[in-house]
Amino acid sequence: MKLSQGVELVSLLVLTAMVVAAAMGVVLSPSIVYAAFLLGLVFLGIAGMYLLLNADFVAAAQVLIYVGAVNVLILFAIMLVNRRKVYREVKLGAVRQLVAIAVCVSLFALLLYTNLNTVWLLTPEVTALPSGIVTLGQHFFNEYLLPFELASVLLLVALIGAIILARREFVPDRGEENLELVERPKELVAVKEE
Amino acid sequence: MTGIDLQRSFIDLFSGLGIDPEVARVMWMPLPMLAVVTIATVGALAATWLERKISAAAQQRIGPEYAGPFGLAIPAADVVKLLIKQTVVPANADPLLFVLGPVIVFISVFLSFLVIPFGENLVISNVATGIFLVIAISSIAPIGLLMSGYSSNNKYSLLGGLRAAAQSISYEIPLALAALAVAMMSNGLSTVEIVEQQADLGILSWNVWRQPIGFIIFIIAALAECERIPFDLPEAEEELVAGYQTEYSGVNFMLFYGASYANLFLSALLVAILYLGGWELPFPIDKVAELLSIPETNPIWQVVAAFLGATVILLKAFAFIFLAILLRWTVPRVRIDQLLDLGWKFLLPIGLANLLLTAALKLAFPGAFGG
Repeated sequence: MKLSQGVELVSLLVLTAMVVAAAMGVVLSPSIVYAAFLLGLVFLGIAGMYLLLNADFVAAAQVLIYVGAVNVLILFAIMLVNRRKVYREVKLGAVRQLVAIAVCVSLFALLLYTNLNTVWLLTPEVTALPSGIVTLGQHFFNEYLLPFELASVLLLVALIGAIILARREFVPDRGEENLELVERPKELVAVKEE
Repeated sequence: MTGIDLQRSFIDLFSGLGIDPEVARVMWMPLPMLAVVTIATVGALAATWLERKISAAAQQRIGPEYAGPFGLAIPAADVVKLLIKQTVVPANADPLLFVLGPVIVFISVFLSFLVIPFGENLVISNVATGIFLVIAISSIAPIGLLMSGYSSNNKYSLLGGLRAAAQSISYEIPLALAALAVAMMSNGLSTVEIVEQQADLGILSWNVWRQPIGFIIFIIAALAECERIPFDLPEAEEELVAGYQTEYSGVNFMLFYGASYANLFLSALLVAILYLGGWELPFPIDKVAELLSIPETNPIWQVVAAFLGATVILLKAFAFIFLAILLRWTVPRVRIDQLLDLGWKFLLPIGLANLLLTAALKLAFPGAFGG
């Protein structure tokens, strides 16, 4: 099938470009709100990748959990504590940046090395596989039952921790706080005098 | 595969005319998408007309009357009016996010129509993740709401956007739990499978009798997801002017307005598919065909059956829309704390109990609960 292969190739290229560009935006954008929205775009692109790999359930779960829950919570947190602060210049900024660049480049080199030295099982033609839900469920409840249950215990721990943090009596009073929402000053439009 | 198969007929027709079947397939692809987008738009427009007419009746008025017969041209007039209005972007707003917000909300609603079936083969894509995909896609909408609330540079907009996101996150969980109980009975997430599992005995085998608790949870959660009274906190006029839509005008406002009614239409179709037997008639239509000794492959019968099915699912959906509109004009709004209490402390435990009960009944009576 020529058509499906072409569609797959174009989608792969578009998704890759989108994910890479959005991820760069997350890191490089000076505005934290833009970074959070771009993070949502990265998650959506990854979901598209899963779709291309015939993992439709994983793709839908990715959208539901990462875009619909994690990213929305990140945005929530940013918008509720949206304080405009002037950041101080970091000491030895150039050295830190150099270290960061070195770490990133070496990580990338490691990944590239692994990628080039692995024998990938590539299927030459595109086939429509049946949905993976049933297989996924069987794996979860047979060989991977213990990790699955442990992950749920981890979530429970996080849940209890959040409740403890949110309970008022454990938080020391910090006196009066300015609870006003931040709004950029509006310029008044000059009214023509008559 | 029984019933009408338009794609195969279309491809056969064009290969008969000497066109490559592959090319005919490509020519076919945009047609169902266009059809479904049209249906969604017309459904949303019809919902706005119904809103005006029913609200008028609830307040003993007549409502729109002069624009077309029974005021039927009023939705078109609305669209034209909003199209020719100026689109204002407020000073100091973030222009990019301000425009992008309503677009994201609109796309996420219309994308969900991808898996809504109007008949056994009258669906764009019968993907195996069906109902889960709808829930996943509709969870993108809060990002658009937060975006527009943030970028408007207005307190009311920001509060409205935050409320909208909190509300839709809270009510997505009971909604998903109710849908999960149905998926458990039909042994699959595909919307077509869910309807076919309700097909045996006509009205008696609809899920509403087997899932009465789930039905009520789903209706409440769907109303909350659509942000309609009694749950329209994000745009509560008395508190927040118009919530996240305060600063919007013209086409951008139309996107929000259209998306909210398309979302209502989508929720109504989901209620029809999950609990009211989808495109199935109240009596099993296959048995009627057998009784009249019409073969299933008869083309005229197939067209009639598909037409009846599509009509029936729309009737069921609009029955839910009627209920939602009637609720809007008769019930007061809840407070924000009541809203979150209802979602987290009432619907969530009831939804979990319903799931447990369904699992138990499925094990005990596999015949009746899709064992």
